[in-house]
Amino acid sequence: MPRLNSKEDLVRLREAILARRDPNRPCVSVCAGTGCVASGALEVIKAFEEEIEKQGIKASVDTKGTGCPGFCERGPVVVIYPEEICYLQVKPEDVPEIVSETLVGKRVVERLVYKDPATNEKAVHEFEIPFYKHQTRMLLGVNIKIDPESIEDYIAIGGYSALSKALFQMSPEQVLEEVKRSNLRGRGGAGFPTGRKWETSKKAPGDIKYVIVNADEGDPGAFMDRALLEGNPHSVLEGLAIGGYAVGASEGFVYVRQEYPLALKHVLMAIEQAEAYGLLGDNILGSGFSFKVKVHQGAGAFVSGESSALMTAIEGKVGEPRPKYIRTAVKGIWGRPSVLNNVETWANVPLIINNGADWFIKYGTERSTGTKIFSLVGKINNTGLVEVPMGVTLREIIYKIGGGIRNGKRFKAVQTGGPSGGCLPEEMLDLKVDFDELTKAGSMMGSGGMIVMDEDTCMVDVAKYFVDFLTEESCGKCVPCREGLRQMHKLLTDITNGKASDNALELLEDLAEVLTDASLCALGKSAANPFLSTLKYFREEYEAHIKEKRCPALVCKDLIAYYIDPQKCQACMICMRKCPVKAIDGGKDLIHIIDQEKCTKCGTCFEVCPSKFSAVKKLSGEPVPERLPEEQRKVVRERKAK
Amino acid sequence: MDIKRVDEIIDQYNAEPSALIQILLQIQSENHWLPKEVLERISERLQVPMSRIQHITTFYKAFSLVPKGRHEVRVCMGTACHVRGAPRVLDRIQDITGIQPGETDLDLKFSLETVNCLGCCALGPVVEVNGKTFGNMAPSEMEKVLAQYE
Repeated sequence: MPRLNSKEDLVRLREAILARRDPNRPCVSVCAGTGCVASGALEVIKAFEEEIEKQGIKASVDTKGTGCPGFCERGPVVVIYPEEICYLQVKPEDVPEIVSETLVGKRVVERLVYKDPATNEKAVHEFEIPFYKHQTRMLLGVNIKIDPESIEDYIAIGGYSALSKALFQMSPEQVLEEVKRSNLRGRGGAGFPTGRKWETSKKAPGDIKYVIVNADEGDPGAFMDRALLEGNPHSVLEGLAIGGYAVGASEGFVYVRQEYPLALKHVLMAIEQAEAYGLLGDNILGSGFSFKVKVHQGAGAFVSGESSALMTAIEGKVGEPRPKYIRTAVKGIWGRPSVLNNVETWANVPLIINNGADWFIKYGTERSTGTKIFSLVGKINNTGLVEVPMGVTLREIIYKIGGGIRNGKRFKAVQTGGPSGGCLPEEMLDLKVDFDELTKAGSMMGSGGMIVMDEDTCMVDVAKYFVDFLTEESCGKCVPCREGLRQMHKLLTDITNGKASDNALELLEDLAEVLTDASLCALGKSAANPFLSTLKYFREEYEAHIKEKRCPALVCKDLIAYYIDPQKCQACMICMRKCPVKAIDGGKDLIHIIDQEKCTKCGTCFEVCPSKFSAVKKLSGEPVPERLPEEQRKVVRERKAK
Repeated sequence: MDIKRVDEIIDQYNAEPSALIQILLQIQSENHWLPKEVLERISERLQVPMSRIQHITTFYKAFSLVPKGRHEVRVCMGTACHVRGAPRVLDRIQDITGIQPGETDLDLKFSLETVNCLGCCALGPVVEVNGKTFGNMAPSEMEKVLAQYE
């Protein structure tokens, strides 16, 4: 491929690619993102390739592995073009039927299309599925259309035209002005206005400046940045190059989390391709602007996603935060002005440049513009990535798109903002989701993780989980964070063990205050949020643990006991066989009894007891009933009695 | 690990001190742990003090200073997996293998790790063994899963 040396070259290449491609040519797109690969997408792709060859239609059909469209719940996801027929949970065994029916016979395989669990209504096309229908997928929508390993796929959908527009039709000041006017705010957590950050760096003294992509997505339960970098790496690189042009940087970094090998592979590949095409590197498109990108891999530390820590890590040192008396936008990597933005923020930049700030601000609310990707996970029917305009209510996201709570359970809370965020209860479901509203409610936007919890989730356990996480991840540099978290963890563990003293909550609140006021970086400053928000909305659960030694959600191991209801037990012997510690006494027609001394509370009996019996119960705050006298242990079967 | 191979990796990064973490990561991924003589070689070639290398290798989760087992078991402890019952799955694995997260058993059969999020939350609770994903895990299934590995 010859280098592109002018903006006209890029247009000509795009036209040539489109001319080469017949829009009516059948194409099988299979999501090859991490979620679908875990459910077997690679085997499905292989099966398609073999079956297409076998049925002799290889010359007229394309097969490609694409980026993640977000519907992880029903993966592997397959879309057949040009009809855009969407098949879900496809297995290699289904492939021969899809090839002969849909690709050859042009008929829909009914059993593989989306069926609404509530109404049984079928949806053949992606855009008809309720999960997608209520979204506005400006960023994620293209993922299923492109092969992330092919720069031509990206160019075909208009890729790099924003970079070309910025370089040839706009001055760096105009680019900056457009981003400022779009009111784009950082998608990584705090929601700092992107344009203002760029301006600070642009005005900061020094000839050498840097722009950085933060792909150290550390929040557990959030994977939107991975989906973007994995599925459409060029869009992030294009945004980064535009940012470099605007602030006057000729070098950029992508800091990728070590846990994301596929994202790393795709971004390295994308850089190599873009350099070969002259879209990165020296004298981009003959404009005189040069911009190089280097990739730096993280090594598994949550705190290294913090701006100053990340920059220290890029310098090759331990990724610990440093005091930010002077902002990193002025003194960052090697003391030079450095703009750090999150993956999703950078991916929005080409859209803003191409369509203009006026178009962008039409989406979202006045102070939080555009769309936001959320990862909707936990006890939800439709796990996946959801992109909606800001200002949509939690209820719409959880019920209309997410399809409500799993197994017909009751909603209890939704956790947003990762370990720095908080839990919002049912009363807050009509909250409009944007940066300011979430903060007001005691949580935060964070990177967009949304973990749904049902009545079986213990809120004290959730708070303990996050404090546990942060205790592990605290770098230990400052005392309030290192020691404060350790003490909070100890107190919360006492509460869940039923050993807490009556003043535990006061002590926790004191610690939370010190942590918030005195910690060095955002990790410690926000570390008390999960505790404070659960205390605010679920104080009665804390009190039940402390005063009654009872876990209302029946989660905390030390406060619960497993018990077999003699009225319901049908002596089927399943739990008895499965119990890993042989704690269940029973036999044929003999009602089973759990030996509380031996029981390790692993919950296996509870899980395996057939739902038609539901004989195994969890008890908390009440004594386990006396062991049944031997003479009453015989099972009386209703069926036999008839 | 062969010192020649270590040198090759260092040369790929032109022995740049700022590439220290990247070099360590590559050696970790090829050798599964970081022996002392390898670290000493890196220190010498990169002109970086051993104290800084120690700081880095003990700070980041990705590095191991002891040999790993033949099979690496990683239990996802992300929030989504946690609320779906990952702690009980982990308890069961600890019972079966007799090791805690971060440890390797004496036969060098299993190494157990917890990870913050593998990003396939739809399948939670998730356990990964040697890179293969097992989704929707329950404590009662762990024995069967681990029995596949010798």
